[in-house]
Amino acid sequence: MNMTLLAVTFLPLVGALVLLLMDNQPSRRNPAVLRWTALGFSVFTFLLSLPLLLTFQTGAGFGSGDMSFVTDVLWIIPWGIHFHIGVDGISLPLILLTTFLTPLALLSGWTSIEKRQKEFLILMLLLETGMLGVFVALDLFLFYLFWEFTLIPMILLIGIWGSDRRVYAAIKFFLYTAVGSLLMLIAILALVVIHANQTGQYTFDLLALKAGLKLDPAAQIWLFLAFFLAFAIKVPLWPLHTWLPDAHTEAPTPGSVILAGVLLKLGGYGMLRYNLGLFPDAARTLAPAIAILAIIGIIYGALVSFAQKDLKRLVAYSSVSHMGFVVLGIFSLNPLGISGAVLQMVNHGLSTGALFMLVGVIYERRHTRLLSEFGGLGISMPIYAALMLIITLSSLAVPGLNGFIGEFAILQGAFATNWIYAAFATVGMILAAVYLLWMYQQIFTGEIKNPANAAVRDLNRREIWSLVPIVIMVFVLGLYPALFLNIIVPAAQSLASQVIQHAALTLQFPFLP
Amino acid sequence: MFDLVVLVILLPLLGVIVNAFFGRRLGERWVSYIGPGAVGLSFLVALILVLSLAGLPVDQRHHETILWTWIPIGNFQVDLGFLLDPLSAVMILIITGVGFLIHIYSVGYMHGDPRFARYFTYLNLFVASMLTLVLGNNFLVLFMGWELVGLCSYLLIGFWFERVSASDAAVKAFVVNRIGDFGFILGVMLIWTTFGTLHFTEVFEAAEKSLQSGAPVAIAITLLLLIGATGKSAQIPLYVWLPDAMAGPTPVSALIHAATMVTAGVYMMARSHVLFELAPFTGQVVAWIGAATALLAASIGVAQYDIKKVLAYSTVSQLGFMVAAAGMGAFGAAMFHLTTHAFFKGLLFLGAGSVIHGVHDEQDMRKMGGLRSSMPTTFWTFVVAALALAGIPPLSGFFSKDEILATASSQNIGIYLLLTIAAFLTAFYIGRQVLMVFFGQARSDVHAHESPRVMTIPLIVLAVFAAIAGFFNLPGVGSFSGWLGEQAGELNLAVAAISTLLALAGLGLAWLLYGRSPVQQDQRDPLAVRLGPVFTLLERKWYVDEIVDLTIARPFKALCSFLAGEMDLGIVDGFVNGVAWLVSLFSRWLRTIQTGFVRSYALAMLLGAVLLIVYVATR
Repeated sequence: MNMTLLAVTFLPLVGALVLLLMDNQPSRRNPAVLRWTALGFSVFTFLLSLPLLLTFQTGAGFGSGDMSFVTDVLWIIPWGIHFHIGVDGISLPLILLTTFLTPLALLSGWTSIEKRQKEFLILMLLLETGMLGVFVALDLFLFYLFWEFTLIPMILLIGIWGSDRRVYAAIKFFLYTAVGSLLMLIAILALVVIHANQTGQYTFDLLALKAGLKLDPAAQIWLFLAFFLAFAIKVPLWPLHTWLPDAHTEAPTPGSVILAGVLLKLGGYGMLRYNLGLFPDAARTLAPAIAILAIIGIIYGALVSFAQKDLKRLVAYSSVSHMGFVVLGIFSLNPLGISGAVLQMVNHGLSTGALFMLVGVIYERRHTRLLSEFGGLGISMPIYAALMLIITLSSLAVPGLNGFIGEFAILQGAFATNWIYAAFATVGMILAAVYLLWMYQQIFTGEIKNPANAAVRDLNRREIWSLVPIVIMVFVLGLYPALFLNIIVPAAQSLASQVIQHAALTLQFPFLP
Repeated sequence: MFDLVVLVILLPLLGVIVNAFFGRRLGERWVSYIGPGAVGLSFLVALILVLSLAGLPVDQRHHETILWTWIPIGNFQVDLGFLLDPLSAVMILIITGVGFLIHIYSVGYMHGDPRFARYFTYLNLFVASMLTLVLGNNFLVLFMGWELVGLCSYLLIGFWFERVSASDAAVKAFVVNRIGDFGFILGVMLIWTTFGTLHFTEVFEAAEKSLQSGAPVAIAITLLLLIGATGKSAQIPLYVWLPDAMAGPTPVSALIHAATMVTAGVYMMARSHVLFELAPFTGQVVAWIGAATALLAASIGVAQYDIKKVLAYSTVSQLGFMVAAAGMGAFGAAMFHLTTHAFFKGLLFLGAGSVIHGVHDEQDMRKMGGLRSSMPTTFWTFVVAALALAGIPPLSGFFSKDEILATASSQNIGIYLLLTIAAFLTAFYIGRQVLMVFFGQARSDVHAHESPRVMTIPLIVLAVFAAIAGFFNLPGVGSFSGWLGEQAGELNLAVAAISTLLALAGLGLAWLLYGRSPVQQDQRDPLAVRLGPVFTLLERKWYVDEIVDLTIARPFKALCSFLAGEMDLGIVDGFVNGVAWLVSLFSRWLRTIQTGFVRSYALAMLLGAVLLIVYVATR
């Protein structure tokens, strides 16, 4: 029983319950008491998650069933459902990303969320526990529970606090995700039944299933695909991405931050933990096809991004491109690609999360997201321009900033698997410069033609301080990525070696005569 | 003590931090101490280090400093490490030395600009990035500098971002450089996949040991690296960004064209010369690209009116000389020309800046003229640089260019011819420029004035070096080549005589057209009169920008909006919504069965019962 991880996972839920009991109308003396309570809980959750990083014993992780901070109690005994949680080098960085981004997301909606503030805060905290639960769950039932649990707060966030077409976007998001989830549920039940037929024992425990299950190739493929569909929609992998631009555009700023920052990573994490972890043979068989879809997504997302007129849609499509890198890295099936993919998930969470916060800033001031409405903001908002520049550069993978490390590791990993993958994916990296600089240029350069752009005030202190932590991490992870890589790499190596059986951890150097 | 090399990068970086955070509060006075001061100190440290390096025996002139492991992923290990050896020593002296002069000059040039502190922040960052590029001890640290230099050029070209043309040029520079990076980064990946390391010495040792000359993988690696070099060092087909880059403040052009940025590609090829020597085929490609670029750009330079544009195409052309030299394996000659070019081209740009400053931001040479008497210091230093560029002995350009021509004459007569014609055109366009700007009568009402001393002193210092730098590497002696571990160039009297005569002929032709009877106000360019449509073709730069726009930029934009519109919203999302529509259609139909009328349900039940009976009965 490890209290730290338990506390980290459920503290936001406690916060939500506390908020529930609080007065709907905050006292006159302190109108922001609800917000401060929510922020306090999320900050405390983050602080509590730091010991996880500091005391983590680097180990092989899930690949060899070596998890840390484990709590395992039998929960629903007849079906062998456990309350089993724990982390390894793949989930830990994502947990930290979640606890790091949630308070910042709350700050980004500090003044812009005006109606039903209490409900909003409760949903944000529920969402945090849901996401953390997905990353820590080591029992399929528990995992599915948390997985679906993230869905409800997000739909409500979009549907209640979103902009004009919010209901359409929320329903689309729901239907897309539900279709994937249902197939995954069937696959989970099938796994349990097959295991019970083989061993006579019902269990949903992930480690037990992974160790005890023997699947014939055809079954592996079908089960792999059932899981994969759910994760591919979440990531999103081309061509299952069309819910994303709508959801992002309509969601309120904090919702977009969490959606891009963490929710998409549930898909990438799922692929690593379940697709690679449970069905290694199927993963090997299907890897080339998936890698091709990922590459199409990388290039397609970038090209479509370039043609957007709406700032939020542009950033949303850039996510399609960037998350394509994650999938490509995972299905390179080597330690480089997988490590890069995990790091890229963290980096994308930071930079795209920050991008959505920045977009929120300007939307709050100008009430428009159309790029053509801006121009010349570099004159009236110099601090905003500078922060946006750093985040943009991080997103387009300038070395020295965080984005580069993950993308390069992925490309190098893909190259080692098949150089043609890398050649095409690198095009995506080039195109990122095109659409992101195009975006930056339209917002900040040129003369101010629209008088509304001359009057906007620069960032206030709250906005600056909600972005500074991300900017610091952008530099830290860009110059000293070992902070996370030391944790990620052993887990990635054991996972990769498990998928590529017998293949040594050292890569072959095929070009040397 | 060689670990102090970190300080060479750190000092300008410190300038960046101080000026970025406190620059506005400090005010122009303090910023103009901190910005140039940081680079000046960096130059001093570099000088001490290089002198100590020179004190060591030849085989010990190699020192690595490793800060920490940058990217540790299993057997993919890349250090944040730096390498001081004779090659990087030359580069850091040029970067900090010429860079320092440009910084000082900028204090005068940018005086009164509301974004003074930001300018020096960027300028310091530029120097720090370029130093990272040349000091990195592996391909990835080099690439970090490589990208950061591209970024700084983006920031500085677009420094006056209110101007649409400036921000367009900035984006163009970054994007075109990124296209080059596509090749470079793939080359880096192929290097790691082949050798299992990115560390320079390890890669080159492994390559020498395991690869034979002409090995396909060596050719592939070097061709990919070459793509990167064509981007940074502005060669065909990726040179198009450099002429537009003059939208930035003029000292920035000097920095980009002389001390930093464009030299990166040449440096990178010199650094990886082991790989290039293993790939003779790539060498041929490199040499032809360089020579063709040299000629193409020189031909364009002949017909430009903008004082900076002439110089910009001149840089492209001169880089062509360096690249051609690298392609022919004469890396010492390439580096030597890089060095002398840093002096005289830096000087030319700063001189042009002084002129622009003096005539109140006029850049059109047709509106200048007669500045010889009103701007004497600028005039004399400019002439020194122009003659050096034209290749008049004993100025520096003569020696460095001649070494390249001599190599070409013995190796490849085609390349020799292209370069020689380019050299002739060079003398002509620079002669034309000097005559149009400084001689004859003033062609506008602006009262020109000489620049302040903070600007002219850097001009004088650079003029001294532009004049004498040739003696660093006299043919047959070759102290510079020797320092780099290369063979000294041989003296080829015939080549030297021909090129000197052609240079004089070029200058003479310029005098015939522009000097004998100076161009008058509103008079058509005498060369345009004689060449007619050919001149227009050259003036419009062979219509390359228009062709690129028509064949690449527009189709690209059309493709993007097609994908975003018809494809994504139409087909992909349409399919999803179509499925949803079908489901709702089906359920709408299904709903009609549930009418709520008991009699229809009863009728259905009856029908069902009858069917069931019939089915059972007939079975």
